[in-house]
Amino acid sequence: MAEFVMPKLGADMSAGKLIAWRKKPGEFIKRGEIIADVETDKADIEVEVFTSGVIEKYLARPGDKVPIGTVLAIIREEGEPLAAAPSEIRAAAPRPTEVSPPGRQLTSAARGDAARLRISPAAKKLASELGVDPSTVTGTGPAGRITRQDVERAAAAESAQPSEPELAIGRQTRMRQAIAAAMARSKREIPHYYLSTTIDMSRAMQWLAEENLKRPVERRLLYGVLLVKAVALALREAPELNSIWMDERATPMPEINVGVAISLRGGGLIAPALHNTDRQSIDELMKNFLDLVKRARAGTLRSSEISDPTITVTSLGEQGVETVFGIIYPPQVALVGFGKVVARPWSEGGQIVSRAVVNATLSGDHRVSDGHTGALFLAAVGRLLQEPDAL
Amino acid sequence: MTRDQIKAIVQRVLGNIAPEADMSQIEPHAPLRDQLDIDSMDFLNFAIGLHKELNVEIPEASYPELATLNGCIEYLTSALEAVKAKERVTLESP
Repeated sequence: MAEFVMPKLGADMSAGKLIAWRKKPGEFIKRGEIIADVETDKADIEVEVFTSGVIEKYLARPGDKVPIGTVLAIIREEGEPLAAAPSEIRAAAPRPTEVSPPGRQLTSAARGDAARLRISPAAKKLASELGVDPSTVTGTGPAGRITRQDVERAAAAESAQPSEPELAIGRQTRMRQAIAAAMARSKREIPHYYLSTTIDMSRAMQWLAEENLKRPVERRLLYGVLLVKAVALALREAPELNSIWMDERATPMPEINVGVAISLRGGGLIAPALHNTDRQSIDELMKNFLDLVKRARAGTLRSSEISDPTITVTSLGEQGVETVFGIIYPPQVALVGFGKVVARPWSEGGQIVSRAVVNATLSGDHRVSDGHTGALFLAAVGRLLQEPDAL
Repeated sequence: MTRDQIKAIVQRVLGNIAPEADMSQIEPHAPLRDQLDIDSMDFLNFAIGLHKELNVEIPEASYPELATLNGCIEYLTSALEAVKAKERVTLESP
């Protein structure tokens, strides 16, 4: 039997509210299909399953607000014998869970030995700061050792207890709180370093203008897509930056899923993934980017789009900003910012000429990469943008 | 098509992009980007929406002419008249 749990869709999520089930108990569900709609502080998300099988039973009802890791449904995987008549049952049991790393959904965690409390000094200190009793925390580290992440989860779960009266807080406020939690954690835990470079965009902008002249309006490209593709391809040369930081170590991710920061109308932002960004053509990326922005603003993103980004790209040039110094979104380890494309004097072959340029910035996690790697990465982004037709 | 009809279509397409905005409050001479906080992707969707509604192709080079509500009405009125004139020529040619 497989357990479907409330996924953790980003560092700033501690609980989610089940809006609706998409299937009935007894129905077959295929890997990748939407099983439920879940409300988070940032958006309503369509949650996919990562196993195929028959829905044996549901453990939560629409309207229930449950902590991340809570088992919501039992799925009888293909080939498993029938256990009992499919049914809906009432109690939803919280389970400890890891932050769902990009591309997979964890359903269980190692249990520690309650008699011998294994806890790292850092986790112990954090538990004290957050008012969490370590004896109530389930350790997921080696031999059940309690980690800082376990303590954070326990604190988050406590604050998300469904028995507490839910305050009538608006989506905007909750979104600000979610962003505050993620960004405060980032600034507290991630030793950021920042690098900036100026990239000649003349060829890219010229190529774009010529391309768009040939295209009907529905197939036109935006320059942001060139930036996203260039970042994705450059990550192949700097895989350290396409990693996640979990359990005190970096894990390089096999896929390059660029998260694109999208400002939401009415305030706030969300950065869903363009899956396999490096392998998509510019036309595919543009089509998917348009669709992603539309769905982000309509509140119909999928859970994998929220949990899978391996790096974030943000562009604030349209607001007149020339340089972006971004805050990394954990567990990611890098963020790339782009400013406004502006005309600047540029030295070329001993001549001063006017060029369209953009400032590209890298915010890097110094636990995972060094400035040298970051510099090579930014140089690769600049180099790739000089050959836009090859992107 | 009258200017009022074109205005209604422009407002409807904009309403799909900025559903929270009150279209009756749009200042006709002020930039739409500032009033509705729209970015280049919104603007592309605006151009796509107008194309679908009016079957008018809007080249990128003409985007600045669509910066305000009145600019949109002027541009689209001329574009629709040009389409009509072209159709007339085609019909009249032997």
